[in-house]
Amino acid sequence: MNIIVLAKLVPDLVEELTIDPGGAALDLTFARWIINEFDDHAIEQGILLKERGGGTVTVLVPDLDGADDVLFTAAAKGADRLIKLGGDFNGVNNHALARAFAAVVKELQADLILTGVQAHDDLDGSAGPLLAECLQMPYVGYVSGVSINDGKSLLRKEYPGGLLAEMEVTTPAVLGIQAAEQPPRYVAVSKVRQAMKTSSIEEQDASSLDPCGGPTVGRMFQPEAAAHATMIAGSPDEVADKLVDLFKELGVL
Amino acid sequence: MATIEVIERSFYAKVLEATPEGERLRLCLECGNCSGICPFGYLMLYPPSRMIAMLRADRFDQLLETDTVWMCVSCYACTAACPSKVPLTPGLMASIKEELLLAGNVPDELQAALQNSQRYGNPQGESPRKRADWTLGIQPEVKLLAKVKQPVDVLWFVGDYASYHPRVQLATKALARVLNALGVDFGILGPEEWSDGDSQRLAGERGLFEVLAEKNGKAFGKYQFNRIITTDPHAYNAIKNEYPALGISYPVQHYTEFLAERMDQLKPLLKQEVKVKATYHDPCYLGRANGIFEQPRALLQAIPGMELVEMTHNHMNSLCCGGGGGGMWLDGFQWEKAHVRLSEWRVREAISAGAEFLAVACPYETPRFEDAAKTVQGAGELKVRDIAELLAESMGV
Ligand code: SF4
Ligand code: SF4
Repeated sequence: MNIIVLAKLVPDLVEELTIDPGGAALDLTFARWIINEFDDHAIEQGILLKERGGGTVTVLVPDLDGADDVLFTAAAKGADRLIKLGGDFNGVNNHALARAFAAVVKELQADLILTGVQAHDDLDGSAGPLLAECLQMPYVGYVSGVSINDGKSLLRKEYPGGLLAEMEVTTPAVLGIQAAEQPPRYVAVSKVRQAMKTSSIEEQDASSLDPCGGPTVGRMFQPEAAAHATMIAGSPDEVADKLVDLFKELGVL
Repeated sequence: MATIEVIERSFYAKVLEATPEGERLRLCLECGNCSGICPFGYLMLYPPSRMIAMLRADRFDQLLETDTVWMCVSCYACTAACPSKVPLTPGLMASIKEELLLAGNVPDELQAALQNSQRYGNPQGESPRKRADWTLGIQPEVKLLAKVKQPVDVLWFVGDYASYHPRVQLATKALARVLNALGVDFGILGPEEWSDGDSQRLAGERGLFEVLAEKNGKAFGKYQFNRIITTDPHAYNAIKNEYPALGISYPVQHYTEFLAERMDQLKPLLKQEVKVKATYHDPCYLGRANGIFEQPRALLQAIPGMELVEMTHNHMNSLCCGGGGGGMWLDGFQWEKAHVRLSEWRVREAISAGAEFLAVACPYETPRFEDAAKTVQGAGELKVRDIAELLAESMGV
């Protein structure tokens, strides 16, 4: 089983986001990049599949600050092949990313392609279905479990309202991982350092980054407090007092 | 009986690597003192003495299957009680935790703290850029070494909880005001400061400790100063006892040591009476691990009106607040196993000693004891204060 995991880096929300002076994009000059949480689950699911049924896991990451860390951490968890995709990925949309990924993945004879079901910076749909379309492969999203029997992939897919479905998919296929069967494991720093010594990162250049098909952003702005919301200011005690008064006024208390 | 090093060479090597005294493991008499004094020993499947017995019986693999090792809060009580001076806390316990960590047997909450430390340089997962935000409003302004670009006398290593925890920040600000009032020429690293890494090391993440230490070492190397002071006894322990082996060597003092040395200058400034009965909790990494017992007490006694009483467990025998060695990040896990918090025991002791104030000198403790005081019957009136806060109050700053 040849498993490919696509992981992207997204701006880390631990730092405040600022809007670019143009007013239609994030200012990414000082952004801190972090692996998309769902992609981390996709890596974990890939490693779990390998541990259970053998095969190889290849992890593919666009070249942004932190890409090497993501790749070596994946290697420390058990990934076999690490590929960094070169290009200017700052602020690139998922259409462009999917096309760039597809060009590389085509050459890899994948059986399963795993990626996070979504990311907080998806402005033009999630990357998984776009990639599946580029590769002409089936796509199943919101997957929270994968098992492989006799070359058939059995998936657990989550629906809103707590519904679960089990379905089979013909491979090769693209899966959007909602959650791995276990939370992404922690790897000790010493193991990551060892992986840095024993594994290597292959660099491939993205042939082109074509964003066509995605929306054009007209304006990007911080959430604005709506007129009907009352912001209560003051020290915690004052705020609490005002809240109690307000609740009384509204007849809740 | 075979010797330990024959049985499990790699583990023995790990203990040796963790502490040069590691070879004393061979000298264990199986007296059981360590397991008896351990505050959570009764919940551990293999408290220290049993663990050593298991090693001697060649049953190392069984040790890896238990998770009760994560009850260890690295409090040094066992180490202090061992007649053979076996370095149990930094050697045996930290090494077995490292083995568990490498085997993936780690509680989720601890994983999150380690991941955060790796990524952001603090276990809470706060923005590194905001590490100096607590200084806002302090006058004269706290010097950020990267900004002032001039030598200072004292580099103040503020630490994780003192920098970010909203309750602990009050004590941090108080200390800044005390230092200002004393005219100390000090500066901080702010965003260039990383977690000291000591609790991560004692939770088994030695590699992470080394990475963090290297980053701090690099930052220290950029500036000129005469000494380091720390708010946090864990940072003090790391910089004093562990960093030198990594080539990072600076004179370091805990703030209570530093202030006690300036008693002549401090005393006339302590003008306002703080008329309370207070008791002092010896932090494990100030007291038991580093022998600093008297300086914090001297500071408290210098405050006019303050009456100092001792709890049943004091000095060498102090009870751990439960935050060390990863305990700070294992509250849920430990609660599930114990249904009691070590901080609650301590608060009960403070109450029975008749104390109105519980004075502390470690950033882990204010929030831990304040939380405990909320749940312990009769502790509603107990006030938890950092020594720095009490000094600032008496100085009127
Ligand atoms: S360090 Fe403290 S908690 Fe850990 S084993 Fe020793 S006595 Fe027990
Ligand atoms: S206290 Fe020391 S000598 Fe006694 S059992 Fe524990 S490790 Fe061995």
